[in-house]
Amino acid sequence: MSPVTVYVPRDAAALAAGADAVARAVADEAGEAGRVRVVRNGSRGLLWLEPLVEVAVGADRVAYGPVAPQDVAGLFDAGWLEGGGAGAHPLAHGPTERIPYLAAQQRQVFARAGLADPLSLEDYAALGGWAGLQRALALDGAAIVQQVLDSGLRGRGGAAFPAGIKWRTVLQAAAERKYVVCNADEGDSGTFSDRMAMEGDPYQLIEGMAIAGLAVGATQGYVYVRSEYPHALATMAEAIERAGAAGVLGDSVCGSGRAFRLELRKAAGSYVCGEETALLESLEGRRGIVRSKPPLPALQGLFGQPTLVHNVITLASVPLVLAHGPEALRQHGSGRSRGTLPFQLAGNVLRGGLVEKAFGLTLRELVFGFGGGTRSGRPVKAIQVGGPLGTYVPPSRWDEPLDYEAYAAFGATVGHGGVVVHDDTADLSALARYAMEFCALESCGKCTPCRIGSTRGVEVIDRIRRGERRGAQVALLRDLCDTMQHGSLCAMGSMTPNPVLSALEHYPDDFGLPAPPAAAA
Amino acid sequence: MPSVPETVLDIARRHRDVPGGLLPALHAVQDALGHVPDEAVPVLAQALNRSRAEVHGVLTHYRHFRRHPPGRVVVEICRAEACQACGAEALLAHAERTLGCGRHDTRADGVVTLEPVYCLGLCASSPAVRVGEQLHGRVTPAQLDRLLAASVGAAGTDAP
Repeated sequence: MSPVTVYVPRDAAALAAGADAVARAVADEAGEAGRVRVVRNGSRGLLWLEPLVEVAVGADRVAYGPVAPQDVAGLFDAGWLEGGGAGAHPLAHGPTERIPYLAAQQRQVFARAGLADPLSLEDYAALGGWAGLQRALALDGAAIVQQVLDSGLRGRGGAAFPAGIKWRTVLQAAAERKYVVCNADEGDSGTFSDRMAMEGDPYQLIEGMAIAGLAVGATQGYVYVRSEYPHALATMAEAIERAGAAGVLGDSVCGSGRAFRLELRKAAGSYVCGEETALLESLEGRRGIVRSKPPLPALQGLFGQPTLVHNVITLASVPLVLAHGPEALRQHGSGRSRGTLPFQLAGNVLRGGLVEKAFGLTLRELVFGFGGGTRSGRPVKAIQVGGPLGTYVPPSRWDEPLDYEAYAAFGATVGHGGVVVHDDTADLSALARYAMEFCALESCGKCTPCRIGSTRGVEVIDRIRRGERRGAQVALLRDLCDTMQHGSLCAMGSMTPNPVLSALEHYPDDFGLPAPPAAAA
Repeated sequence: MPSVPETVLDIARRHRDVPGGLLPALHAVQDALGHVPDEAVPVLAQALNRSRAEVHGVLTHYRHFRRHPPGRVVVEICRAEACQACGAEALLAHAERTLGCGRHDTRADGVVTLEPVYCLGLCASSPAVRVGEQLHGRVTPAQLDRLLAASVGAAGTDAP
């Protein structure tokens, strides 16, 4: 009898739920060698069910979760290796692909995540990997750039700048050396898709970077990963090593005679290094201080050379575009927001996890449909979209389509697709204070509005909370936010007012303020 | 055991030709020694052809780098928004009381360091905690007590 394959994820969220102990228990309980083959796969993104263990039965993979080590013996007794019998087990969810949360998604960037051992080159190739790179190797740089332009891909890190335009700028810049830099400094609370993409499908990112290198004429790439992600760092290091040994990376990409080398760099715990110019400073071995723009990094970036800087998900979207054509991405989406976004459902939500859907669905569908409301069972009070610099979106906006322009129209941002849910015990004035406190903590200090404004912001919010000359302090806070918005060098200072002002606007009660007449009516 | 300057010099030499090699060098020093002692600064500066002020500036800019040895167990509790939404602030306060250790502090007996952190990437499994290398999600105060008893308790009774 050939062994039954049991999948136990190795994603950090699964490890945090005890996946290693579960994998050991499965191996122990299996007893004789050859009965079970344990594969440590990536996560499917159904994080409330982690560790989500899957058993390959016939053509299906049957899901069980959340599995604790002490459940394992019972699952063997119920006959989970043979399929059928364990269907009624309280932890059974049926075939993974048919779990509604997953079945309703449009997986593109995360199509492969969780299917196999993320470090297996064989599995990657078998699941369609390297097709985009092969296609790119047959094209010249301009033709690759045209594919990206035609796809409508925009930067997934939050700024949503058209990727193809950036690529064209770097391609057309004349220089001896050019670079491709992957910004994997995913410091925003409520976001974890970069981490999951690196841990769950690292070769896809490597492939995207190699294609980018071929397109713009860069022979050196860097992946800058935050130090808070040790598992992503380890997976990427191993993947880069194996891709190099397989001849995908190095002096001759897939034997083409064209070079692309890739190096992993570990960040060191500075939030502002997620800003591209601060990241470049850090890569150069300096303090992560934001640079003034211009010059654009596309023209004078790393070590003064033309540099293509993109977020993980942007680069990981590229293989799909090359392999299946621009239409594969372009066909999905809403308005000028093309393709899908891996939304991250986080905070006080019943079914937290990764939901990759085309732009255009609503927050209500996401938080209540996929997420099932709060984990605490209490009413949802506020939802912060787009990370710590994102707006607290009030209930009146929960039916707006999640697309860049629709959100910008009411002063909010889709950002990196992070969605953090708060129940009715949340105090939005405390969260507004925290936003200023976080900015004060992480400001690089180069510009005054961010460096000083954030500290003054904490003090002003404290006075409002204590009820000291509240009206005057609210006016002062608005004025301060205006200065930060318009006078800061980068998004850290200019966007910190988003959570502060949206909290003040939509949740005046929490600041001890009367509701505005329009809202009260 | 090589002396601290020897270890640092060896690391500095290996990073001399690495473009932007100061951060990787500082990581290597911290990985080898557990922190980056002040005496490493002039050694790195000279070997990497940077001023001591520059090396000091970089070292102190990044929160990850420690200038002093941490406690034997490092407890990190995330207090970013997604974790706050599920009780992180109360959890951190609970840890301070239980450990008898303030945030950003190492307890006088050197057993434990308590660090508030800002996002471990476990935002759907909040509140998130890391004890040593091990991540934990959806941590309640009672669970934290068990984790601390197992790790900090054990480290406190071991000879250093």
